[in-house]
Amino acid sequence: MSPRAAWRLESLGFGEVYDYVAGKLDWMAAGLRTEGTNAAHPRAGEVSRRDVPTAGLAERLGDVRERVRASGWDAVVVINPERVVFGLLRSKELDKDSELRMDQAMRPGPSTFRPYVSIKEMAETMTKHMLESSPITTSDGRLVGLLLQQDATRVAGEQE
Amino acid sequence: MPTEIDRHEVQKLVERGAQLVEVLPADEYEEDHLPGAISLPLRRLETEAVRILDGARPVIVYCWDTA
Repeated sequence: MSPRAAWRLESLGFGEVYDYVAGKLDWMAAGLRTEGTNAAHPRAGEVSRRDVPTAGLAERLGDVRERVRASGWDAVVVINPERVVFGLLRSKELDKDSELRMDQAMRPGPSTFRPYVSIKEMAETMTKHMLESSPITTSDGRLVGLLLQQDATRVAGEQE
Repeated sequence: MPTEIDRHEVQKLVERGAQLVEVLPADEYEEDHLPGAISLPLRRLETEAVRILDGARPVIVYCWDTA
């Protein structure tokens, strides 16, 4: 739709016309702010915890566990330097052998969700599938934050 | 020929005063739109673009996605 609009504007005499082809979906998937009636309802991106600990693939589990638990967390997201999500360690994986590398200890390819998903929907999904936490990522796989089920259900409950 | 841009270029152009235009139906605009965007559904473009938009400033159009 936007290409037709862009071409038509040019034909109407507008001299400098740009087409944001990836559109609103791309904007929202990046976790960027919107305006409108839905913007008042919390979404996964804003409720997710952006201070979640992260680690690289080659780090030693024992070192990461110490750092993660010292900061009060029981989960860590494994990412690359571009913040693309490769894996997740929740409490169970964090308790594995200290000598394992992160790529050996992590749960690879965890289910991720986009930042624009409503918190009500997230709460229902996480409860149904017993997910204690879920990475929230942009459409190109980069980490936005970690959504905890307890946060999702609490915020969804506040909306009712 | 319109120039295709990504969201980073959208942000830069808006900072420089570009007009951001959502061409989806008005009810979709009401639910969610990019900050500062104007609603100008495709079907109203013919009759209202020249009246609503400033021809001296850049215009960025967008819809939901590439479809």
